[in-house]
Amino acid sequence: MKKPDKHTIACILFAAGATAVGLMLDDPYYLQVLIFIGINTLLALSLNLLMGYAGQISLGHAAFYGIGAYTTAVLSATYGISPWLALPAAIFMAMAVAYIVGKPTLRLSGYYLGMGTLGFGMIVSIVFREWHSVTGGASGFVGIPPLEIAGFALDTDRSYFFLVWAVVLFFFLISRRIIDSRVGRALRAIHDGEHAAAAMGVDTARMKLSIFVLSAAMASLAGFLYAHQIYFISPETFGFMASIRIVTMVVIGGMASIWGSLLGASLLTILPEWLHAFADYEMMVYGLVLMLVMIFLPQGLTRGIIDLYNSSRKKHDQ
Amino acid sequence: MTSDDTILEIESASISFGGVRALIDIGFSLAPGSITGLIGPNGAGKTTLFNLITGILPPDSGQILFMGQPITGKPVHELVRMGIARTFQNVELFSSMSVLENVQVGMHTRTSCGIFGSVLRTPGIVREETRSQEKAAELLEFVGLGEHAERKSADLPFGWQRLLELARAMASEPKLLLLDEPAAGLNTNETDMLGELIENIRNRGVTVLLVEHDMALTMKLCDRIVVLDRGNLIADGPPRSVQDDEAVMAAYLGKPGNDNKNKASQST
Repeated sequence: MKKPDKHTIACILFAAGATAVGLMLDDPYYLQVLIFIGINTLLALSLNLLMGYAGQISLGHAAFYGIGAYTTAVLSATYGISPWLALPAAIFMAMAVAYIVGKPTLRLSGYYLGMGTLGFGMIVSIVFREWHSVTGGASGFVGIPPLEIAGFALDTDRSYFFLVWAVVLFFFLISRRIIDSRVGRALRAIHDGEHAAAAMGVDTARMKLSIFVLSAAMASLAGFLYAHQIYFISPETFGFMASIRIVTMVVIGGMASIWGSLLGASLLTILPEWLHAFADYEMMVYGLVLMLVMIFLPQGLTRGIIDLYNSSRKKHDQ
Repeated sequence: MTSDDTILEIESASISFGGVRALIDIGFSLAPGSITGLIGPNGAGKTTLFNLITGILPPDSGQILFMGQPITGKPVHELVRMGIARTFQNVELFSSMSVLENVQVGMHTRTSCGIFGSVLRTPGIVREETRSQEKAAELLEFVGLGEHAERKSADLPFGWQRLLELARAMASEPKLLLLDEPAAGLNTNETDMLGELIENIRNRGVTVLLVEHDMALTMKLCDRIVVLDRGNLIADGPPRSVQDDEAVMAAYLGKPGNDNKNKASQST
């Protein structure tokens, strides 16, 4: 806290860079891709707090993403409520559901949360698909209104770009604060050794539940941003594969790394775009990338690159 | 509520695991500010007794009072808050964290910042964090690791990791400190330093209960020794008298005593 904070400096530089890109970039396609990278970064960061720092795996995180998207869709399109009122409802909804799912599973250590959230994610995606009267079923939900700020509609890619990246940046800052605090230390302690953490007086069940609920809230916010960006949502965006993609973003980018979430989300947003060229082989290439990362950089790209840099510098010094 | 002459009272505690009686009707109490050694051959029930006192296991029968209050059935973190801290036989540090942060985790029950507090960083929270860092640094000084606060805990040599565990346990401001084989894996030099450190901890008013196989250290350090053998308390007294106790000799050396079965099996 006393030293000039590296993370804050990085965030300021990043904000400046993002602003420049947002002002100069005109191509709507690239702006769109960058918006999705932002939304995915928020998703990856939400899971990274839970998985990377606290060591708790959620295999149903897309469900919270979907709860955010569908809650705001139903409230703002079906009932005509302002999206800004739908936002707290969407976040509250995800938090409440996370609490109910997390309360029994997080008392136990090990992979119970993984199992629990796996089943939970599937149930939620079935609800999205089958509850036609509310969600529009498998064909999706159309007619979600754009966001407005003081009468100014955020319906251009440029304005939405700024909104999304401002939100991401905000969460970069608060995530770092949480991780460096008493709470963050307790979470990391649980990851390193749950029994030892308990023996230091950490109420492990409660701590895990808090971060799970926070993580769900962030994913729900990402869903909200997604829904008001493309005005149309459908169940497969929030299904099992989506959950696995979020896990992959965290693993590839780097567990317990805020900037790793950005890297992982960027790669997993851009790669599928490039891999269209491979058509049928898309999934294979994707799997290969995952395998290579796991074999050669098991701690993720961010840590891997930093380690490579450090070791090459050491060699250079000698 | 708290009686002056005992801080911990174990009243006829028993526990079995699938028919094996791990502890049988154990009863003793600890005087505040004392150092008590808990010894016995492997499988005597020392670790089980530690687990009962720290709340990891509940006894099948009997009860445990800490400062006059029954603690049976209370969650582990609640007992830490009440003032019971421990170290582990196989050093269990938070390996991804710095030395200083490890000690700060030990302060968890003595600080209060939550998620919102950490995000808002109010002046009160900042003060609490600063105080926690200062206190952690002080405790590292106390165990002699003051210069290594910023290192990753996993990078410390083993002996230092043991010292760090002690500092971390002290961070919870315990009234009772349980040490599970603190000298295991230490060389003679380090063991001597550890002995001094435990003495200093007692001088800070902390009651110490330790399991230790290093007899020289145990005899030198402890005011009193409790001996367990196969779940029974077989001796309890000052080091000198326990050392000469026949039952203890029998338990440790397999000498006849009044254990005829043992004798028979040895003669074959």
